[in-house]
Amino acid sequence: MKKHFIIIISFLLFNSSSIIAQTEEINTDNWTSNPGIIGTIILGVILLAIFSLITVIKTKKALRTYHKINRLKNITSIEEDLLSLEIQEISQIIENRKKTEKVSLNEIEKNLAKPYTEQLINICSRLNHQNIEQILEERHKVLSYSLQQNELGSDKSPNDSKGMITYVNNDLGNPIYDDKRSKKIKLETDQELVKIVITYIGASAFWLFFGTLIGQYLGMKFVWPEMDSVSWLSFGRLRPVHTNTVFWGWASLAMIGLGYFVISRTSNQKIYSTKLAWRSFWLINATLVIGNICLMAGVNNGGGEYREYIWPVMLLFAIGLITTTINYYKTIASRTVKEIYISNWYILGACVWTIILSIIGYLPFTGLGETITQGYYMHQGVGMWFMTFTLGLVYYFLPSSLNKPIYSYSLGALAFWTQMLFYTLIGTHHFVFSPLPWWLQTVAIVFSGGMFIPVLAGTSNFLLTMKGSFKSIADSYVLPFLLVGVIFYFLGSMQGSFQAFRFTNYVWHFTDFNVAHSHLTMYGIISFLLWGCIYALLPNLTGYEPKQLNVGLHFWLAFIGLIIYTFSLMIGGTEKGLSWIEGEAFINSVKLMAPYWLWRAVGGSLMFISHIIFAINIYHIYKKWDANKIEKQ
Amino acid sequence: MINLHKDHKSLLTIIVFVFLGLSTLIAIIPAYNMQTKVTPLSKSTALTQSERNGLKTYISEGCVSCHTQQVRNIAMDNKWGDRPSIPSDYYYSKQRLSFFQQSPSVLGSERTGPDLTSVGTRQPSDDWHLLHLYNPRIVVKESVMPGYSWLFEKKKKSAVSENDIVLNVSKEFVNDKYAIIAKQEALDLVSYLKSLKQADLYAVPSPEFIPASTKKETVIISKGTGNLPNGEQLYMDKCASCHQLNGEGLGGAFPSLKGSPIVLDKNHDLMIQIILAGYDARSEYAVMPAFSDQLSDAEVAAITNHEKTSWGNNAQTISEEDVKKVREYLKTLNP
Repeated sequence: MKKHFIIIISFLLFNSSSIIAQTEEINTDNWTSNPGIIGTIILGVILLAIFSLITVIKTKKALRTYHKINRLKNITSIEEDLLSLEIQEISQIIENRKKTEKVSLNEIEKNLAKPYTEQLINICSRLNHQNIEQILEERHKVLSYSLQQNELGSDKSPNDSKGMITYVNNDLGNPIYDDKRSKKIKLETDQELVKIVITYIGASAFWLFFGTLIGQYLGMKFVWPEMDSVSWLSFGRLRPVHTNTVFWGWASLAMIGLGYFVISRTSNQKIYSTKLAWRSFWLINATLVIGNICLMAGVNNGGGEYREYIWPVMLLFAIGLITTTINYYKTIASRTVKEIYISNWYILGACVWTIILSIIGYLPFTGLGETITQGYYMHQGVGMWFMTFTLGLVYYFLPSSLNKPIYSYSLGALAFWTQMLFYTLIGTHHFVFSPLPWWLQTVAIVFSGGMFIPVLAGTSNFLLTMKGSFKSIADSYVLPFLLVGVIFYFLGSMQGSFQAFRFTNYVWHFTDFNVAHSHLTMYGIISFLLWGCIYALLPNLTGYEPKQLNVGLHFWLAFIGLIIYTFSLMIGGTEKGLSWIEGEAFINSVKLMAPYWLWRAVGGSLMFISHIIFAINIYHIYKKWDANKIEKQ
Repeated sequence: MINLHKDHKSLLTIIVFVFLGLSTLIAIIPAYNMQTKVTPLSKSTALTQSERNGLKTYISEGCVSCHTQQVRNIAMDNKWGDRPSIPSDYYYSKQRLSFFQQSPSVLGSERTGPDLTSVGTRQPSDDWHLLHLYNPRIVVKESVMPGYSWLFEKKKKSAVSENDIVLNVSKEFVNDKYAIIAKQEALDLVSYLKSLKQADLYAVPSPEFIPASTKKETVIISKGTGNLPNGEQLYMDKCASCHQLNGEGLGGAFPSLKGSPIVLDKNHDLMIQIILAGYDARSEYAVMPAFSDQLSDAEVAAITNHEKTSWGNNAQTISEEDVKKVREYLKTLNP
């Protein structure tokens, strides 16, 4: 604890120096030397460096494998075929080779003779190949060797009686993707719980598909604003459909579903009530269906981001959330182990905090009072619900996928408490320079800096858990998702803190940079971590795995798509902000975005395709599991 | 000693109450203060029924996702208003919309389109707003804003009645046989947009803008000629939405400046007067708003010079002094 105390103190000191900096006059003369800008650029460079490194390694590996396969294709078959020859035949070849002229394989293939063995002898006798003499010699030696029956001190034949060898692969593999280790260990789980988890995840995959279909359509509207002139499909109405669907549909349903498993597993107890779990499932889905129809019909709550659903609709979600929380809490309360595992802290915290903040978010404030609660609600919605919950899931799935404990339990607790203390106070950083009270803005900015503590604590905890197990990451199709999610957790959150500073706000606020940030975090962090958790859990629950090629495609399309998406908007957003500072005509800032919006649509398409593949993967597992269930009955 | 690792009740209690406490301090109390301690400015008025209906359309169409309504206290926002926004500005517009709806989030978080805090001052023309709402690309070619055709009705020209408000849409955008009629929703929305103006603060000193740069003057002036600001940028901001970037205007709505006798005239007084005081003498065109409150003498001179020397126009340029004279002359007409 003493160590952590020192860390906190040093951070507070660090922050106090930045408080002083914040009150100084803002000046864009040397904007490139501003710490916030430099910090963000460094983070961007780190991200690109990691991305390029992984890509280069992968490409190099792929090329190497490809060459190897081509080079070995012909000779391999001959080497293998040689194994079938008898010693006399080998001797004959060696004898023949001394006499005949050597020619290429193609030459020989022109006039092939039968039967097969003769043909092979014929080929090998004449083939001009660099290693063949040596191979024949070795083969000859091998075949002429005979044991004296006592070399191993035993006359037993080798036998894998303990089942140590689980996987024998004679395939050379393929250049595009690695053969990942199979996950066949099936956990003994209550069948009703399995059904709940699979249904939640299935629904979340559907909402991800639907929500990003809308998102992709919206992205294209920036390039072709006249795609349609239907009121229900207009930009202003569809935008909240996209955000609310991916929030409450995709991420929330996936989290709650995974949460049921983690809570039941770590409490070593069946979940309190499966009936309540089903009830909240239907309530949340109903919220999405009714809410989206309302939004498209032009009925919304007042345009405040992420609370566009009117209160009677959001009430259904709130009841679903309260039901879930009761269910979680009762399960934890009846646990058969003494300790409450750290994941449950995060999950329980996320649930109760979100209930409180939804109520505050919908309190009937008017005037700028509403704007204060809007900043509070919109930021907490992301930080207290999605981030906190997902971190809780990672505290279970990361160690369990690596088959080792989390590096530090107390770092996890430190991150939990600082998350609660700091994150709660930073909502107003969405309204820097606005007519909201200056002190409120300053508090928000200072504690945005304070967010470095939970982010660094969390990131280092996860990375130190992974340390020494990087081979397992390369071997697994689950861990790359978690690794990328953790990297984005560090980069996206640090970038968010930098963006809250007054100067960086000056350049980036109101520009497309904000959109890039929200995708770095909600997509780079939350979605990647959730995919990792889902791919880790489903094979354990059902005993069936998705096709590895599909998981690889999902990962790469999503990853490359996100990089294109965020970088185009970050560069475009910066240019936009600088154009505003220069005092250029506003329309210039629209025109200069055109190429960046096009690239955004390209990145978005890749991301969207990856979601289709994800949905197919889930369906693939579900179908096998469902068929097997019927057989059992 | 409480052991949070083993005692779920204490854990729950602590996380609930600490979070509630922090939320009260950071959200509920400031929000309550903002709501109760802020009064409207004496010069501002409550929204009329039509403006209120317009605000409802503004919200239900999601205009807030691309348009802000806040002039921040930093120099770059000066173009959106004369002074930074203050809480009182929002007294009337941020009342609850209905039983089912919250106070509208008009401040916005993204500026994909221009800020609308004082769009009523900047663009007071009904015709422009209606055309722009029907299809933004009629008036601003590069715009990416959606068209709101469902706020309008497409009627056969023979069926148009006297009371209908007909839009002047060129053949390029609608078939010759049809006329585009503004529905009540569109008219309400326009009256809401036109009501968006910054109220005067009178004697109260208004908050000041934080300058973007200590070298501000040199940055902006370097692009202009002589001592005047950059006329081309000003033209793009203030004039091009009607008169278009190529100066050719839009037939039937906004007159061409290219080869216009008024622009080319050696005697520049009439042109300066039209810019400063507005113009409504030709029934075939929309009303030209007055810019005397929005533009300084130097800015008017810069715009005038840009118009006099662009798109093939080649007339004598003017100086800041010329504008000053006309402005003083106008003051004597309306003391």
